[in-house]
Amino acid sequence: MNLEDYKGIYVFIEQREGVIQNVALELLGQARKLADELNDKVYAMLLGHNIADQAQSLIASGADEVIVVDAPELAEYTTEPYTQAICQIIEDRKPESMLIGATTLGRDLGPRVSARAATGLTADCTKIEIGKKGELLMTRPAFGGNLMATIACKNHRPQMGTVRPGVLFAMDADENRTGEVVNYEVKFNTAKFKVKLLETVKEDTDLIDITEARILVSGGRGIGNEEGFKAMDGLAQTLEAEVSASRAMVDAGYIGHERQVGQTGKTVRPDLYFAFGISGAIQHVAGMEESDLIIAVNKDKDAPIFQVADLGIVGDAKQIIKKLTERLEK
Amino acid sequence: MDFSLTKEQVLFQQMIKDFAEREVKPLAAEVDEQERFPIETVEKMAKIGIMGIPIPKQYGGAGGNNVMYSMAVEELSAVCATTGVIVSAHTSLCAAPIMENGTEAQKQKYLPKLASGEWIGAFGLTEPNAGTDAAGQQTTAVEDGDNYIINGSKIFITNAEYAHVYVIFAMTDKSKGTRGITAFIIEKGTPGFSIGKKEKKMGIRGSATCELIFENVVLPKENMLGKLNKGFGIAMKTLDGGRIGIAAQALGIAQGAINETVRYVKERKQFGRPISGFQNTQFQLADMNTKTEASRMLVRKAANKKDQKVPYSVDAAMCKLYAAETAMEVTNKAVQLHGGYGYTREYPVERMMRDAKITEIYEGTSEVQRMVISANMLK
Amino acid sequence: MKIVVCIKQVPDTTEIKIDPKTGTLIRDGVPSIMNPDDKSGLEMALQLKDENGAHVTVITMGPPQADLILREAYAMGVDRAIHLTDRKFAGADTLATSHALAGALRKIDFDLLITGRQAIDGDTAQVGPQIAEHLDLPQVSYLEDLKFDGDKTFTMKRHIEEGYQMLEVEAPCVVTVLSSANNPRYMSVGGIVDAYQNEVEVWGFNEIEVDEKNLGLKGSPTSVHKAFARGLKPAGELYEVETDEAVGIIIKKLKEKFILN
Repeated sequence: MNLEDYKGIYVFIEQREGVIQNVALELLGQARKLADELNDKVYAMLLGHNIADQAQSLIASGADEVIVVDAPELAEYTTEPYTQAICQIIEDRKPESMLIGATTLGRDLGPRVSARAATGLTADCTKIEIGKKGELLMTRPAFGGNLMATIACKNHRPQMGTVRPGVLFAMDADENRTGEVVNYEVKFNTAKFKVKLLETVKEDTDLIDITEARILVSGGRGIGNEEGFKAMDGLAQTLEAEVSASRAMVDAGYIGHERQVGQTGKTVRPDLYFAFGISGAIQHVAGMEESDLIIAVNKDKDAPIFQVADLGIVGDAKQIIKKLTERLEK
Repeated sequence: MDFSLTKEQVLFQQMIKDFAEREVKPLAAEVDEQERFPIETVEKMAKIGIMGIPIPKQYGGAGGNNVMYSMAVEELSAVCATTGVIVSAHTSLCAAPIMENGTEAQKQKYLPKLASGEWIGAFGLTEPNAGTDAAGQQTTAVEDGDNYIINGSKIFITNAEYAHVYVIFAMTDKSKGTRGITAFIIEKGTPGFSIGKKEKKMGIRGSATCELIFENVVLPKENMLGKLNKGFGIAMKTLDGGRIGIAAQALGIAQGAINETVRYVKERKQFGRPISGFQNTQFQLADMNTKTEASRMLVRKAANKKDQKVPYSVDAAMCKLYAAETAMEVTNKAVQLHGGYGYTREYPVERMMRDAKITEIYEGTSEVQRMVISANMLK
Repeated sequence: MKIVVCIKQVPDTTEIKIDPKTGTLIRDGVPSIMNPDDKSGLEMALQLKDENGAHVTVITMGPPQADLILREAYAMGVDRAIHLTDRKFAGADTLATSHALAGALRKIDFDLLITGRQAIDGDTAQVGPQIAEHLDLPQVSYLEDLKFDGDKTFTMKRHIEEGYQMLEVEAPCVVTVLSSANNPRYMSVGGIVDAYQNEVEVWGFNEIEVDEKNLGLKGSPTSVHKAFARGLKPAGELYEVETDEAVGIIIKKLKEKFILN
């Protein structure tokens, strides 16, 4: 493998039912920054069926070239057709690096592609930097968020990474940016298509995406019970915020997994994060410490949550929620 | 000499702690408050073999040993003493005497059902006028052809309402006193056999303690357990084993109270710091833990001796005496360290203190244990 | 049906804490456990065994002490346990790990291969799909449920952000399972008593079918450039006041930051 032959930062553009996912734009934003620094180009790989009209928006969001693979086989995601398409692009175009969103789709696709391309994949990066030789250094949490590890992929290309939604920043769309859109044809080996998608079912609970919320009212063990969560709901409504929670509360069944913040839940970065009765285990902190303003309320003044809070209140979370809601309603 | 657990026991401890924490602890307060027999817990325990730990595999048991059994009662009791005694009475007082004294036919008939937990077991010795002095039995069994006719009653019977099979004792020859007592196996539903009033107890309130009533119950001779007039020996030997179970229960209660107290004293603040920072708290905890660990050593030693099939009566008496008195002392201190909150039902130490008391009383009072221990010294 | 489940021994990361003074990991006394997603994968296999009858094999790659989770698996009801261990596997990243496991799996006949979605010490979710690729088998990840038609077809429920998908795959195939899929059973007491009577087959490089260059450090495209404990940002203001005053402080802050007018 001659590393010199590999060029360009390739971004997998995740779309669902033709809607480009935010994470793809965040990756483009990051890729743009890296490419400017490396004097390289950003390639967006847009796979799907009848999605070509979306290509231009990707240029506005940072791509230099959009590779459109439009095929009925790609209408809905299953592992094998998407892997074949990406791997054909890798073989053909020899990307230097490749970024994929760490969604349920990206985390299914990424490892399959990396194994087929016999290259390294760093999962769930939170930070991507450029090393001395122009290589990517991808930093990710390990040991339940207790440890950060920076991973390099020295002698294999593309250097692949998945990045969690909500971690990186999309650039402001610039309609004046120019770039190329190319249609790319993939030869599928349909004999290997063995997984049949029967149906996709949407559930209401998952429609709320806490990573998109501007304000989060989050609760932990100190909130206690269902009544405590109701009070939080009231405060959230007053503030036009969403409710989220620590893992303990999800495990206890008070709230759905889709609202869990932390290492095993979602990474959030709202303008304001309220941590009510959350002790601040590292697993939780890993998912919210980048919030702009963190206000924590906890009975225990030694609770680790106060180490990341901008404003900490030692007190009974339930009382404070009640009073705060009353005051705000006035 | 080796004080460590075997590899199997280590694995077992991991499982039983996990089970107690996730399945038993969440129900403990409710079981106490409502005086409710936790039948759903028994079903869960049955499924994974906890109802048949020391019963050999050939009779459908888990093929484990008495150390494992004592660990089970300890860990269950650490979160819920009611659940601990259900297992203890079932195993030590019903399955064990059948295993040790039953005919092959009796073992085949009863052990698989007891081991699988399909049937719950109970034991009936105590009567209104025959507690510590078991010789005062008034329940009678009169020979009648191929049968015995049983009349009388038993009190304070653990698991009574929910059991399917009972090992009971009756006078077959009044003139011979303790040498005229015979053991029988009786099944639920036998005509003339009924369950009487349920006791309202201070502690272990979920364990369904009732009276057993026998009115002209006709029992075929094959239901006799052991030989005619040999019941007293069976009762005493059974209680020796039962004492290990109750000692393990007491040990568990003490450990449970320590666990709750350690958590509490780290959280509770007075005079601007956690009360764990005060030397009084620290010294109390040290004493509680040392005595509880000493109980554990005595319990495991007695259980191990039973596994080794060497005499263990005195060891059983010692571990029961010491663990029970330690449980009472430790739970008392635990409540004290909790202060006013410890006296409320918000915190489990209140229940634990009530639960602890019975361990000084049943399956031989502390006084009886002292009699057993000293008699052995002075013989 | 023959099922193989890949399991991993991991430190219970929920028990790991950071020393607030030095910022380093405190690993002392952290118990080693069977990875939760893997345990749910194992439960899924045992349920298939209960319902349809199946032969369940577990395999783990790891140091000698990983024997414990194989004993645990025996006590839960598996039929065969394989411990993959060899110095040649040391230093493996996910790709090299998947090659070693695939090498072993080439020696085992199965209809269904189950792995956990991800391990709590790494959270990469890569090894399952990578094994599937090496063995050229179809994969379904993020599994919440699986039904077998008794012949050769599996119907699967896969978790996605918006809800779930139903998929159909024929044996043989690879699935990765979420810990929310089920509640794993407890070890049975009888199983525990026998756990150490059962044989754990210890396999090394010589027992498996894999190209040596794909293994261990040599076979790992990624390497750790550096590792560090997560730094915490300096603490903000902390108040211990009455509720009313506290609420006042919060509102003042929200106004300061233009969240409230």
